[in-house]
Order: sequence, then C-alpha cells, then structure tokens
Amino acid sequence: MAYIKAFGKYLPQRVVENGEIGALVSTEPEWIRNVSGIEQRRFAGPFETVADMGHCAACDCLARADVSPSELGMILVSSGSSERSFPGPAAVIASKLGLDATPSIDVPVASAGSIFALTLASRLVAAYRNILVVASEKMSSVALREPRDRGVAPLFGDGAGACLLTADDGKARVLASAIHSDGAFAEDLKLPFDKPLEMNGRSVILQASRKIPRAIQEVLEAGGRTAAAIDTFVMHQANQNLINRVAQAVGVAESKFFSNIARYGNTSSASMLIAAAEWDGFRAGADVVFAGFGAGFHWGAMLVEGV
Amino acid sequence: MDRRKRILEIIRDVSKRSDAPAPGESLFESGLLDSFALPDLVTALEEAFSVKIPDADLIPRKFDTVERIESYIEGRK
Repeated sequence: MAYIKAFGKYLPQRVVENGEIGALVSTEPEWIRNVSGIEQRRFAGPFETVADMGHCAACDCLARADVSPSELGMILVSSGSSERSFPGPAAVIASKLGLDATPSIDVPVASAGSIFALTLASRLVAAYRNILVVASEKMSSVALREPRDRGVAPLFGDGAGACLLTADDGKARVLASAIHSDGAFAEDLKLPFDKPLEMNGRSVILQASRKIPRAIQEVLEAGGRTAAAIDTFVMHQANQNLINRVAQAVGVAESKFFSNIARYGNTSSASMLIAAAEWDGFRAGADVVFAGFGAGFHWGAMLVEGV
Repeated sequence: MDRRKRILEIIRDVSKRSDAPAPGESLFESGLLDSFALPDLVTALEEAFSVKIPDADLIPRKFDTVERIESYIEGRK
C-alpha cells in the first residue's frame, strides 16, 4: 500500500502581472486572462535554477511531513526545463538535501511528469519505503526564448512542488493510478534545443479534453468510485478553460476542481503539486483525484482516499 | 437531412453564431470557432452522424472547414 504523507511547494518571489508579460510579447493583458484564466505568474531570478527551486519545495515537504532527508529511500524529480541535458536536477537536489548515495532519478516528461512520478513512486514504495517526488520548472527560461510566440510565452510561470509517498502511513492512501503515452502527437507540443517552446494549442486542447477525462474515469472505475462521490479534483494547471472543460466532461461542478492558475500560470509539471500543496485538505474517507497531461503526449490520473 | 446542412447547423450551435461559413473557409482563422469549441464540434459530429472519432483522427485540420468535415464524415460512414 502507498500513502501520501505531505506536499510541499516553492514559488519565486518575483510576481509578473499580465501587463508586464503582455508588453514583452505585444499581447493585451485581457486577452491572456480570457484565453487562460491567468492573471499573474512568478519568475525565478536569473541565477535561480530548477534544482534550487526543487530543493526549496523538497524542504517544505519534508518539514510538513516531519521526515528527515536521511529517511528517504529514493527521489524522483520531474522537470522539462532543466538547464542542461545531463546530469538532471535529481542528483543535485539529493546533494542539496545532504544525501550522497540515495538513488535520485529524473523523470523528464514535461507537464505530465508529476502524475507519472507519483504513479511510479506509489508502485516503488514497497521497495524504497519513503520516496520524495519533486517537480520543478523554470518555464520563463524556455517560453521567453526568441522568437517569442505571443500566444505561448504569456502562459507560463516558474515554481516547484513536492510530495512524499510512504509505504507505512500518511494523509491518504493510493487506491488506483493510470499513466499513458501516445507519441503520434509529439510534434504538437515540444521544446527544441535553443528554441522557444512550440505548441499547437488546438491539438493540445482537443487531445487533453478527451484523454484527461478518460484517465480520470479509468481510475474511478478501478477504485469502484463515481465522479459525483469525489471530494476534490486537483489537476495540472494548464488553462482554466481546460480545467472547466474537464469538469464538464467528468460531470461535476467546476468548483470541485481546485485552481490556482490565476496566480501562477502554467508551471508545467510543478503545477499539480503546487496546487496540491495549497489545497492540502485531505479528510478521512474523502476521495481525491489527481490528473495531468502534457507533451508527448503523456497523461494520467490517480485516485486517493483520505485516512 | 442533407449532410452539409447538418454540419452547418452543428457549427452554428457550437459557435453560437448565425454566420454560414463558405465550404472552404477556415472555421478557426475566420474566428468562427476557437480552440475550446473544437472538442464540442467533434462531440457534436459524433452524436449527429453516429460515428466514433478515434484519438488518432483528432487532428484540427481535419475539422478546419465544412468541406473537410464533410469529407471526413463521408469516410467514416
């Protein structure tokens, strides 16, 4: 059995309003809000790295869990915006936590990285006991590369989230999870070397609108639950309109989907764990569904029950 | 009912506008539909023509004009 013990988060200090980013890419602030629900985002400092932010989120998570780094059996780190091809941020974050032999693995699958890492961790806790999942993204460094796309650059922000999974106890136990990949659409959302992030928004929305609700339905059926009985849904914060559409497809009120995208924008794989850390409202017997979708396409969902 | 007429009806319902696009006019570039209307369009087409559109066919350009939609539906029947 796998349990979620705690979440953690880190957001950089600098708040970037729609007016500031809009001026950079010749886009009206109101347009950004209307198409995405985003009102502001955070940008990391020029010398603040993916590993720095991930380390801060990891420390917040471990403090909330009252677990020391030495008790960790494994670290999984999701990032699609790391500063270099290798080594990735996982080993660096482990080192910053004072660990010199704990297996630390990068999961570079962009926005779906946190749901992939949570799912893998839930299957691996039986062997590694305490697994820290970290998702950290410095999207400003890739979305603002030249030539800037006025429809893409304003959507992203920086930040990091974390989640500690254990084999023994926690706030919620994992009932079911599902992850999937379909490389047929790899060209529709990609980050080439030294170029800005490229996105075919219509394709992403069309695929996500179908695949996310289907993954949610898959874990609900596996766990013997109905959507109506779920207490809260926490999904990748890509776009408020997409979140509302998924709620509609699943057949529940939009208010059941936690959202903080207005304040942080799309922080890629970090977004779901940042949202979870801000929500953090597990109650005994209340079920929660997590869901993610991103480049690849990769997507998935997880059903947990508060204990 | 005539297939093209039914497609135009669906576009009107989804876009909530009464404009009748020309057969080869881009529904997106013309501003008639936005990205978030596309999933609604696909779902409405599936229901109206009793077809199941697989994920592999969910490619925006297949649904970009009335002509392309008509051609796609014809191929699925």
